Amino acid sequence: MAQHQVNYLKDGGLPVALTTIDKVVNWGRSNSLWALTYGLACCGIEMMASGASRYDFDRFGTIFRASPRQAELMIVAGTLTKKHAEFIRRLYDQMTEPKWVISMGSCANTGGMFNTYATVQGVDRVIPVDLYLPGCAPRPETLQYAVMLLQQKIRRESANKSQKPKRLM
Amino acid sequence: MRAYTPKDDVQKKPYYTDRYWVAPQVAKSDVSEDEVFAADLEAIKASFEVLDAYIQVGQMVVVINATDNFGVIKMLKNEREYNQLSELSAIDWLAQEGKFEVFYQMLSMSKRKRLRIKCKIGEKESIESVEKLFRSADWSEREMYDMFGIVINNHPYMKRILMPDDWEGYPLRKTYPLQGDEFAQWYEVDKIFGKEAREIIGPENRDPARVDRYDTERFSRLGHEVPRGTDITQGEPDTLIQYQEEGGAFMIEKFDAQKTVTISDRDR
Repeated sequence: MAQHQVNYLKDGGLPVALTTIDKVVNWGRSNSLWALTYGLACCGIEMMASGASRYDFDRFGTIFRASPRQAELMIVAGTLTKKHAEFIRRLYDQMTEPKWVISMGSCANTGGMFNTYATVQGVDRVIPVDLYLPGCAPRPETLQYAVMLLQQKIRRESANKSQKPKRLM
Repeated sequence: MRAYTPKDDVQKKPYYTDRYWVAPQVAKSDVSEDEVFAADLEAIKASFEVLDAYIQVGQMVVVINATDNFGVIKMLKNEREYNQLSELSAIDWLAQEGKFEVFYQMLSMSKRKRLRIKCKIGEKESIESVEKLFRSADWSEREMYDMFGIVINNHPYMKRILMPDDWEGYPLRKTYPLQGDEFAQWYEVDKIFGKEAREIIGPENRDPARVDRYDTERFSRLGHEVPRGTDITQGEPDTLIQYQEEGGAFMIEKFDAQKTVTISDRDR
């Protein structure tokens, strides 16, 4: 029985890495950002291109999920109409904590060129946004950069931060 | 909204430019010039009152009473071979005449002719549905109700088609502001958070090009990112594009021309 015992002090023992819980958790979170498929307009095409083979979002651990229950990142890609606003809020509420939002493109940021009665003038009127991505439409590289910035942001913050309400509600 | 100014003296002002392109009036010709249309018009006149009829751009336009719309279109479909209703909508003339103009664009495949039926109804009046004759009228009439508020009688599903069911106002009327009335501007806030949230969220920013250079709450410069809320009026640092991992990625190094050796002898 004794001969199977592992002697940690002899022969280097097992490989041991020392780190903090925060770093391990944030390393895991930031490298498995599962995104909710939320293509609302033409930005959705760029988002799909980002996920497809040429740009390959899977390298970052960003995998598109069709269910808010399995997603922690919402990429709002496109024009949000007032008719649709309640549904985006409902889907955001259904996502599990912790969750992040990227507002992709001019329409999602500010309403963009649709300065009309039927368009929400920026998704931050309805849901809290972590990252605003400019462009009409932003190229896949820009979306990748946004996701990488979001990863940096996640690594900076505390892993078990109290879930303080973001900007709205 | 731009204040309305009369445009009667357009010719007197040499520098007058309208915001919108004003279509010139196309010449009207008499129906008797076209045999097919003349026969159609005779058939309509035999049983319905015709207020006006002319040919414009090769298409006959017949103005009838609004109450006759179902009968005229039924007759045109069954007896005069106009077997397609390609378009149906309305025009807002409330400011000029106090009335809507409802038009039905019809096509005869066998005669290769297009014909337009027009009628006028007041703001509070309703019009008979032609959905029983042409299925294409179903959504067109719903859109007419949604956008103009024209109520259709005997329609199978009289609901809004584009706007939400609880929407107030009719967006395609000339009096409807482009950026929405108060109901429209607060629609999503009222519906999701309730009216008491209006003060927290604030009114819409209707100038999407507005960028505050020093607002780090809502904007950040690419390549000069700082934590949210930082004061950058005194300048901000450059953000180097760098590895995500601290100290560089495992087994990957940046190419350094100084430290590398170029092998000139390819056969070595």
